[in-house]
Amino acid sequence: MFPLNKDKILLIVLRIMAGISVLSLLFILFYLVKEALPILQSISSHRFFTDESWHPTSGSYLLLPMIIGSILIMLGAMIVSAPLGILTAILSQFYAPPWFTKPLNRTVEILSGIPSVIYGFLGIVTIVPLLAEFQAPGTSVLAGVIVLSFIVLPNIVLISNNALSQIEQVHIHNAMSLGLSRYAIIRHVILPQAKPGLFTGIVLQSGRAIGETLAVLMVCGNVVQIPGSIFEPVRTLTSNIALEMAYAMNDHRSALFLSGLMLMVVVLVVILIAEKFSPQANIQ
Amino acid sequence: MNALPTNNNLADTLLKIASWASGIFIVLFFGYLLFDITVNGFSRIDFSFFYESPVNAGRQGGIAPMLISTLLILILCLCISLPIGIASAIYLAEYTNEKQWFSRFIRRCLNIISGVPSIVMGLFGYAFFVIALKLGFSLLSGALTLAAMVLPLLIRSIEDSLRAIPQSYRLNAHALGLSQWRMIFQILLPMASQGILLAVILSIGRAMAETAALLYTSGYVMRTPDSIMDSGRSLSVHIFDLSMNVPGGEPSAYASALTLIVLLLIINTITAYISRIIKNRSIK
Repeated sequence: MFPLNKDKILLIVLRIMAGISVLSLLFILFYLVKEALPILQSISSHRFFTDESWHPTSGSYLLLPMIIGSILIMLGAMIVSAPLGILTAILSQFYAPPWFTKPLNRTVEILSGIPSVIYGFLGIVTIVPLLAEFQAPGTSVLAGVIVLSFIVLPNIVLISNNALSQIEQVHIHNAMSLGLSRYAIIRHVILPQAKPGLFTGIVLQSGRAIGETLAVLMVCGNVVQIPGSIFEPVRTLTSNIALEMAYAMNDHRSALFLSGLMLMVVVLVVILIAEKFSPQANIQ
Repeated sequence: MNALPTNNNLADTLLKIASWASGIFIVLFFGYLLFDITVNGFSRIDFSFFYESPVNAGRQGGIAPMLISTLLILILCLCISLPIGIASAIYLAEYTNEKQWFSRFIRRCLNIISGVPSIVMGLFGYAFFVIALKLGFSLLSGALTLAAMVLPLLIRSIEDSLRAIPQSYRLNAHALGLSQWRMIFQILLPMASQGILLAVILSIGRAMAETAALLYTSGYVMRTPDSIMDSGRSLSVHIFDLSMNVPGGEPSAYASALTLIVLLLIINTITAYISRIIKNRSIK
């Protein structure tokens, strides 16, 4: 027998290490399902949409307002931040002079690293009082949308920057030699090529946005209701988990794990969409 | 970055204005954020803030225990995730191509893990590390949960930097008869070092920003942890608690937020500096 050489040992170690990620995902799914099963067995699932209210301690489990809240705030934040983010990336790649590009990119990098609780805190001390002047109580859907937009914006810029900078230079040179204008090159050569990257990035960020918890919890008021306007308070699925996990028991606890599982399903769907619409997602 | 032709037309001018507007908006927002937190945070901070324990739920006193907890969680998190991350990235980039089912499966799992909302990760960490593995509310539980969260980010960015290395280096290494082992450790990893450091920055930023995942894993306790098996409150959780649960905690929340931002800036700068040194060395 030949002893295993270094290269073979290396490959085995690498393969095991790479398997750890797979294993951790299986564990995440297993534990969510295991903890969510009791409530699914004890009540029928339509009750999460038809119960009178969310009073888990007295046995009513209406999750619908929280589901709507989560979707509303996520959509709002993406509508605000996606265009801003892509435009900023276009500025940084094509329009800004070098002296501005560097500080801009650095700013975005630093902003993306700032903890979301700080955005939430700033929301409490600045945005909520500001909104309260227009329409009480200030803690509202709109406050959540604004804060969440600021949280995802730097990430969208980073992703877009990355997607735009990975365009093959040859194509740009070809377009230039054909005499295309700057706008035409950006619009018809660069953006179509960067589209899969941009789209995947934005879809994945919306998955992150729906999962954002504490910043949203801090500024949304957390009243369990389907909001009548953007100035009314709302509670998201994620806030609900964070607020009630500390004291939840039995079926109540299980219902919170079920909301976690729902968020997990949303994430799976988001990733499926990203992969379906982007050929890049299959490759990368 | 690209010197595109500057022939102006209406569409070009509009795009230029829109992109400048969003870029300047981001810079102004960053300026406001820094200004607000610095001014309000500075009035509360003195030197004793960093070595004293909190008094009266954090309204007075310092943040020493939170600094220690945060640091320990980060170190533990990187110790766990970095080796796995580098190994997985090498495996994916150097030993597999996108057509093999195992690598596609790993990639898909990583995509999903990176989308898991942090509060759901917290639920998993609570059910698995805290309860099932009996680690309790501890720094280790928190760090393990964070490690699982940053793993996709680490692996993807390290893999990207490995794939960015031109194929000719690998062909040359093979032609010179280098073993896979030596090629990876003496050519590819040094060349990818900047990317690896970037991945580490991003991970530290993500881990420091994380709050929701820590609430129910590393816990809420304000005193200094005795060991990694002890519960401890991270700086971000402290900010959350001060601004939500402690009336009159705002000045301390500002001061803690300022501390956290300064820490992130320092880490960011040091790492950028180190990565430049390493890059210069690998060229010689």
